[in-house]
Order: sequence, then structure tokens, then C-alpha cells
Amino acid sequence: MTQTANTYEDLSCQELVELVTDYLEGALPDGLRDRFDAHIAHCSGCQMYLEQMRATIRVAGALTPESLSPEAERALLDAFRGWKR
Amino acid sequence: MENEGALVAALRAGDEAAFRALIEMYHAMLVRVARMYVSTQAVAEEVAQETWLAVLEGIHRFEGRSSFKTWLFRILTNRAKTRGIREGRSLPFSALDPDEPAVPADRFHGADHNWPGHWAAPPTGFPEERLLAGETREVIERAIEALPPTQRAVISLRDVEGWSAEEVCNALTLTETNQRVLLHRARSAVRAALEQYLEES
Repeated sequence: MTQTANTYEDLSCQELVELVTDYLEGALPDGLRDRFDAHIAHCSGCQMYLEQMRATIRVAGALTPESLSPEAERALLDAFRGWKR
Repeated sequence: MENEGALVAALRAGDEAAFRALIEMYHAMLVRVARMYVSTQAVAEEVAQETWLAVLEGIHRFEGRSSFKTWLFRILTNRAKTRGIREGRSLPFSALDPDEPAVPADRFHGADHNWPGHWAAPPTGFPEERLLAGETREVIERAIEALPPTQRAVISLRDVEGWSAEEVCNALTLTETNQRVLLHRARSAVRAALEQYLEES
């Protein structure tokens, strides 16, 4: 990894926030990922941002998945019984 | 879902409990995904119900070469697309329009500043103890509901249901790039709603 003193300036916070999902998905090309890491290492605002994004994903993962309505369930079970006959 | 194979075998044998378990698992998501292609919730519900009929009719032909889930959502998306075209809607993702930035431009320094594009109003930490409170979850649920249908489907499958990127791409016939773009927009919007809520109260 080659880093120069100006890597932090090299990627702005405004650019970084648009790369967060690709970063978390492991989809950033190597060079860009290095610049991302270098920026994050020096920028508390972006560290917080990344933390907030991780927290958002965590809370979404703790939601109860939506379930089907009683009307839909009734209609589908009727259809199922019709199919079996 | 490790017992999915057993459920499918039981369904083939005409077992109602297996059918009930499968609709419990997938119906709500089918409606959500159908809503990407058709104009109303009622039509989406109809398409999802038709999909189950097609499943019952075709279950004997299902060979398990793909997962049941992938097969199910393929049937759904094909039907929903046809229905959407009949309604005169253009397909989603044919044009990913330019979107809101993840964070409004006024949170960053402008071009006249020494550090253009760097935080002017940096984010702060979320209070951990409030994150899992019921009210916070409602904020996230509402934020997800308010998203455009394609983003809503992608974030629901990925982050709420816990599907992999590959499963979502297969089920929704999305390219990896489009899947990520949609996920990014969705997560960015939900994060912003959460930040606003936690800062206001």
C-alpha cells in the first residue's frame, strides 16, 4: 500500500459518503479502497458516518419481517384447498 | 432456510401446513417485490396470489436446480413485469435516474473553503441504548416504507430479511451494480431519517 501525505485530502468526505455501500459490500477497486481507508483513518466525521451506517444496517436487521395479512392467508388457503381437490 | 427442501417435498405431497409455512415466509416479500413493477398495492397483491397458484400448478416440475426461493421470485417477477407492461409502465432500472446525494451538500464545506467537500456539520455517534428502542425501530420502518418501491424491495430483502447480494440479484434479475446503487440510496435515506430522529429528540 503506497500512501502519500496527501491521501486524506485526495478523497473528500462528500465523495466518501457515496462510496460507503460499495466499501461495505467489498466492491471497491483496491486503489480506491486504500484511499477510503486512508481517509477514514484521519477523519473522525467519516468514522462516525461509517459507524452510523453500520448501526442503521444492524437496526434494520433487528426488525420483524413483515408477515401476510389474514385476508391474504385466507384467500391463499382457499386456493390451496381448491388445488388439492 | 435449511428446511426449505423438506417443505417443498411436503407441498408436493399436498401438505397444507407446508403451504402455510411457505406463504408465511414469502408472501409479504412477494407483494413488496411485485410493487416494483405494478402501479398499486392491490395489483401487487393479486400478482403475488397468482404466483402461488402458478407454484401449485408447477411444483411437480420444480427440479431443485435453483433454490425454491429463486424459482418462486422468478415466477413472480415474470408475472409482475408482464402485468406492469400491460399497465403501460416502463420497467424499473431501465433508467436509474440521478438521485439525491447520500448527504445534503450543505453539510460539507464549499469550494471557497480550505477543505472543500469536507464536513462542515459532521455526524455524531448514535446513542447505543436508544438504537434498539421500539420507537427507533418504528422510525426505520417508516423510512423504509417511504422509499420508492425498488429501493424498498432491495433494502427489505438485504437488510431486513438478510438475503445475500447474489440472491437479491437473482430474484429481482438485477445486475450487481444496480443492486448496489439501489441499496446505497435506500440505506443512505434510512440513515438520514435515523440521524434526524435521534438528534431531534
